[in-house]
Amino acid sequence: MNGGDGGEVTAAPPAGPPPPLEWKFSQVFGERTAGEEVQEVDIISAIEFDKTGDHLATGDRGGRVVLFERTDMKEHGGSRRDIERMDYPVSRHPEFRYKTEFQSHEPEFDYLKSLEIEEKINKIRWCQTANGALFLLSTNDKTIKFWKVQEKKVKKISEMNIDPSKVVGNGSASSSTVSSSPKPYLANGAYPDRSYSCLNNDMTFPPGGIPSLRLPVVTSTETSLVARCRRVYAHAHDYHINSISNNSDGETFISADDLRINLWNLEISNQSFNIVDVKPANMEDLTEVITSAEFHPTHCNMLAYSSSKGSIRLIDLRQSALCDSHSKLFEEQEAPGSRSFFTEIIASISDIKFAKDGRYILSRDYMTLKLWDINMDSGPVATFQVHEYLRPKLCDLYENDSIFDKFECCLSGDGLRVATGSYSNLFRVFGCATGSTEAATLEASKNPMRRQVQTPTRPSRSLSSSITRVVRRGAESPGVDANGNSFDFTTKLLHLAWHPVENSIACAAANSLYMYYA
Amino acid sequence: MSMVDEPLYPIAVLIDELKNDDIQLRLNSIRRLNTIARALGEERTRKELIPFLSENNDDDDEVLLAMAEELGVFIPYVGGVEYASVLLPPLETLCTVEETCVRDKAVESLCRIGSQMRENDLVDWFIPLVKRLAAGEWFTARVSACGLFHIAYPSASEMLKTELRSIYSQLCQDDMPMVRRAAATNLGKFAATVEPPNLKADIMSMFEDLTQDDQDSVRLLAVEGCAALGKLLESQDCVAHILPVIVNFSQDKSWRVRYMVANQLYELCEAVGPEPTRTDLVPAYVRLLRDNEAEVRIAAAGKVTKFCRILNPELAIQHILPCVKELSSDSSQHVRSALASVIMGMAPVLGKDATIEQLLPIFLSLLKDEFPDVRLNIISKLDQVNQVIGIDLLSQSLLPAIVELAEDRHWRVRLAIIEYIPLLASQLGVGFFDDKLGALCMQWLQDKVYSIRDAAANNLKRLAEEFGPEWAMQHIIPQVLDMTNNPHYLYRMTILRAISLLAPVMGSEITCSKLLPVVVTASKDRVPNIKFNVAKVLQSLIHIVDQSVVEKTIRPCLVELAEDPDVDVRYYANQALQSIDSVMMSS
Repeated sequence: MNGGDGGEVTAAPPAGPPPPLEWKFSQVFGERTAGEEVQEVDIISAIEFDKTGDHLATGDRGGRVVLFERTDMKEHGGSRRDIERMDYPVSRHPEFRYKTEFQSHEPEFDYLKSLEIEEKINKIRWCQTANGALFLLSTNDKTIKFWKVQEKKVKKISEMNIDPSKVVGNGSASSSTVSSSPKPYLANGAYPDRSYSCLNNDMTFPPGGIPSLRLPVVTSTETSLVARCRRVYAHAHDYHINSISNNSDGETFISADDLRINLWNLEISNQSFNIVDVKPANMEDLTEVITSAEFHPTHCNMLAYSSSKGSIRLIDLRQSALCDSHSKLFEEQEAPGSRSFFTEIIASISDIKFAKDGRYILSRDYMTLKLWDINMDSGPVATFQVHEYLRPKLCDLYENDSIFDKFECCLSGDGLRVATGSYSNLFRVFGCATGSTEAATLEASKNPMRRQVQTPTRPSRSLSSSITRVVRRGAESPGVDANGNSFDFTTKLLHLAWHPVENSIACAAANSLYMYYA
Repeated sequence: MSMVDEPLYPIAVLIDELKNDDIQLRLNSIRRLNTIARALGEERTRKELIPFLSENNDDDDEVLLAMAEELGVFIPYVGGVEYASVLLPPLETLCTVEETCVRDKAVESLCRIGSQMRENDLVDWFIPLVKRLAAGEWFTARVSACGLFHIAYPSASEMLKTELRSIYSQLCQDDMPMVRRAAATNLGKFAATVEPPNLKADIMSMFEDLTQDDQDSVRLLAVEGCAALGKLLESQDCVAHILPVIVNFSQDKSWRVRYMVANQLYELCEAVGPEPTRTDLVPAYVRLLRDNEAEVRIAAAGKVTKFCRILNPELAIQHILPCVKELSSDSSQHVRSALASVIMGMAPVLGKDATIEQLLPIFLSLLKDEFPDVRLNIISKLDQVNQVIGIDLLSQSLLPAIVELAEDRHWRVRLAIIEYIPLLASQLGVGFFDDKLGALCMQWLQDKVYSIRDAAANNLKRLAEEFGPEWAMQHIIPQVLDMTNNPHYLYRMTILRAISLLAPVMGSEITCSKLLPVVVTASKDRVPNIKFNVAKVLQSLIHIVDQSVVEKTIRPCLVELAEDPDVDVRYYANQALQSIDSVMMSS
C-alpha cells in the first residue's frame, strides 16, 4: 500500500502479500522478577521512537523520561547525511541500551482550581535533532516541556589566577575581593555589579597587556549527558492534554485536550493559537470530545483529530484561522439494529496515527483497529478485530472501568502492518497489505509466541466488494484464550511503538519495556 | 597557581570566572570580555583569549548569546581591522548551535565584522566561512549561512560570485524547511547586492522556486521577498515577474499567505507604477478587504490608509471606500478595531468634501460601536480628521462616546480614554472642554481603581500645561482643593499626588498661596500614610518655592513630622529635611 495513486488493488506488488513475520524476543528493560510488586510511579505511560529509529524514549507515571539509544549500528561511520541516505541491509536487528533519564514533570497543585496535577507523562514527541543534541517534547495533563539532551564536557579547571582555596578563607582582602560563594547575591534574585566598579572602562592597562594574567585551562575531556528544559508551554489547556504532535515545518506543534487544539511555535512558549474549539456554549450540550490529534507527516497544513464518537476529522489550516469546520470527516455508519448501551462507549477512538506516507490513517477504538484512506471518506479500507471476543463481557468491563482503557496503535514504517495492544499483556500485529491474512497475537514476555493463537486462515477480502477493499479479520476467540486462561484485565498493554524503518516493536507491560524484532 | 598583585585582583577574578560553575558569574565575565582583552593586550587576546573562546563553546545558551554579542564589537581589542579575521572562528561555531537566538546574534556580529573587513580578507577568510557553513552537516549551519551572503558577495571575484549564487540557489531548495525559510527571509538582502543581469536570471529563478514551495511557512516568507525584489527591479520587469506572483499569492489557498500579501501589497504599488496598480493591485486589494478570513481582513483594513495614499483620490473613492463602508460594520470586532485605528488618516487623502460626504458617517458609526477598542481607536486619531473638516461635525457624537468610555466598567478602558483627554482638549478647545469634560476629569480622581486615580492626577497636570496656569487656577485648583476633606484617606492621598504634580506647572506664587497651606493642613491628618506622603510632597516642593518659604513653612512642618510616633513618617520627614539641608549647602 505504499504509494498507490488511487487504485489500491493494482498498486500492490504482483507477488502478493509479504509473508507473515516471525517475531522474536530481542530485549527487555526493567523486567520484573517473579512476585515483585510494581510501583505505580514506574509504570510506563508513553513510548516513542525518534524519526531515524536510533533513539527511543519512554515516559512513566512518575514523570520521568528515559532515553535509549541504538547500539547495533555504531560501526557505520560517516556523516549524518550518509547515514540518512544509506539503505543498510538488515543484517542485525535493532538493539538498544539505556542512555539517560531525567525528571520531566513533578506533581503540582493548582490552587485556583483545587486540582492536583499528576506528573504522569502522557505523550512524548521527538523534535528535529541538531548538532548531536537531542530534542523532545513531553507533556503531562497540563504542561508541555521542551527538552534538550546533550553531551557536555565535564569541566576540570586548572591554571587559575587566584588560588581558589585562598579566596574562600580570605575575608580580609580589600573591598574588591569577591566572595567565591555567590549564594548571598542569588538569594535576592538580582545580581549587582558588585565590586567591578573599579573595572570601569577608563581603567588603563599597559599596551602589551599584563603578562602575569592567564586564562583558565580546561583539562578534562570527559563528557556527560545533560538534559535541560529549554521551554515550558503552560497555562493553555483547561482540560487534560491527550496529544502533542510536531509539524513537518519543523517550527510548530499542536497540543490537544478534550475540547481544544492549540498551535504553538517551538520557540515561543508564552502564546499559542487556538485552532480547534469544540466546546459548546453550554456544557450540557456536550456530546463529543477530542481524544487524539496528529499532524500529517508531510503536509504542514493538514492535521487529523479523533473523537469520542468514533469519527476522525481532517482539517486544513490554510482554510481559516479557527478550524472549527473540518475539510473531511471519516466515520463508519453503524449497522442498523446493533445499537446498545455500549455502542457509543466502544466507538470512542483512543488513538490515531498517520502512516509514514501520509495517505492512510490508523485508528484504534475499543474493539477494532481501522485503516482509513484519506481519499475515501465513505468508510475504512480495512477493519481488524482486536477485542471481538470481549463483546459478551462489555457489562463487566463497564463495571470495572476497563471499557475506558485507551489503547494505542502503530504502523510499521513500510505501512504493510499495524499493531495494537490488548489485555493480559498481549499485543496483536496484522498485515494490511492487499491479500495479507497475517494476524499474530504476541505476549509481552521473553517468549512472545507462547500465547500465539493459530487463527484459521479466513478469506480476508470479500470478493464481492470490488471497489472498496474491506477486510474483516482477526481471532474471534472466546473469552478465554487458547490456553484456557481467562483474560486478565489488570495487565493491559496500552503503549507500543513500531520502529520507523525496521520490523521492531517496543511495548510496555507495566514497568517493563519489551522489544521484539522480526 | 600563580599569585596576582593586589590591583590586578578584580581582573584576575574576572578571568577565572569565565569558567566558574555559576552561570551568573560566567555571564558577568563574558559581558566584561573587553576588559579582559585589554588586560591581556591585543596580541594575547588574538593568540589566547579568542582560541580559548572557540574551544569552550559548549556553555549554556545565555552565555553563548552574550559571547556572540560581545565578539561583534571586538575588532578594536584584537588590534584593529587587519586582525578582524581572528574573530571569525568563534563566531562560526556559534553559527551552528541549536538555539536560534544565539545563531541570529552570531550572524549579526559576523555581518558587523564582515562589513568592516578589508576586501582581500573577506575573500581569504569570510567567503570560505560562508561556504563552509552553507555546506554544513546540520541545518543550523546552513540556516546561518543564508544571512551572510549579502556581506560576502560584493567583494567576491566573478567566478566566486557565480559559485555563491549557485550555493544560495541550493539553499533555496534544501531538504529542511528551516533552511528554505532562512533563504527566503534573506533573499531580498542578498538580491540587493547582485548585479542586475544576474538578478533577473538567477535570483528570480530562486524566488520562483520559493514561491512554489509546498510549505506555507516558506511561501509566506517569499511574499516579503516580493516587495524587496520589486524595488530592485526595473518597473517593466517587476510587472512581468513580480506582479503575477503577488496576484497569485493574493488568492493563495492559505490564509496566512493572503495575510502576508495584505500587509505587503501597498509597498509594491510604487514598484509597478500607476497603471498596473489600477488594473491588478487594486482589484487584488479589494479582494483581500473582502476575504473570508477575518485575520486577512484585519491586516488589509490596517493598511487602508497607506494604500489610499498611493492611489489617486478617485480610485480610492471608487474602489476602496465601498469596502471601507462594509468593513465598518464587519462581524469581527477586531476588523472594525483595525479599521478604526487607521481610517482617520484617510481624511487628508480624500479631501474635505469626500470626507464629509463619505467618511463622516463611517466615523460616526464607529464612534457608536459596541466594542470599546473601536471607539478608542477613533478618538486616538482625532487630530488627523480635525485638520481636514474641523471638529464641530464630530463633536455631537463625540461627547456621548467619551462619556460612555469614561464610565466603562473595565478600568483599562477608562485608563485609555484618560490618556487621550489632553489630546481631546487640545483639539476641542477650552470652551468645549469646560462645558463637558471638566467634571469627568474630577470624577476620575475618585475612581475605585488606583491606576485610574493616578492617571487622573497626571491628566490634570497635562491639562494645566495645555491651557496654562491661569485657566487651571479657575477650573482645576478649586475643585481639587475641595476634595481635600474626603473622608477616605486614599482619595485624600490622590489629592496630594495631584498637588505635587500640579505645583511645578502652576509656579511658585500659586503654590505658596494655594497649594502649600493645604499640604500643611494635611500634615495634621490622623492617617500616617497621608502624613508621610505630605513629607514626600513637601520634599518635592523645596525646589519650587522660595528659600524663605522653605524655612518659614516647610521646615517647621517637617520638624514636627520628624517627631511623629510612626516610624515611616519620621523616616520620610527626615529624608525631606536632609534634602533641604543639601539644597541650602549647594546654594
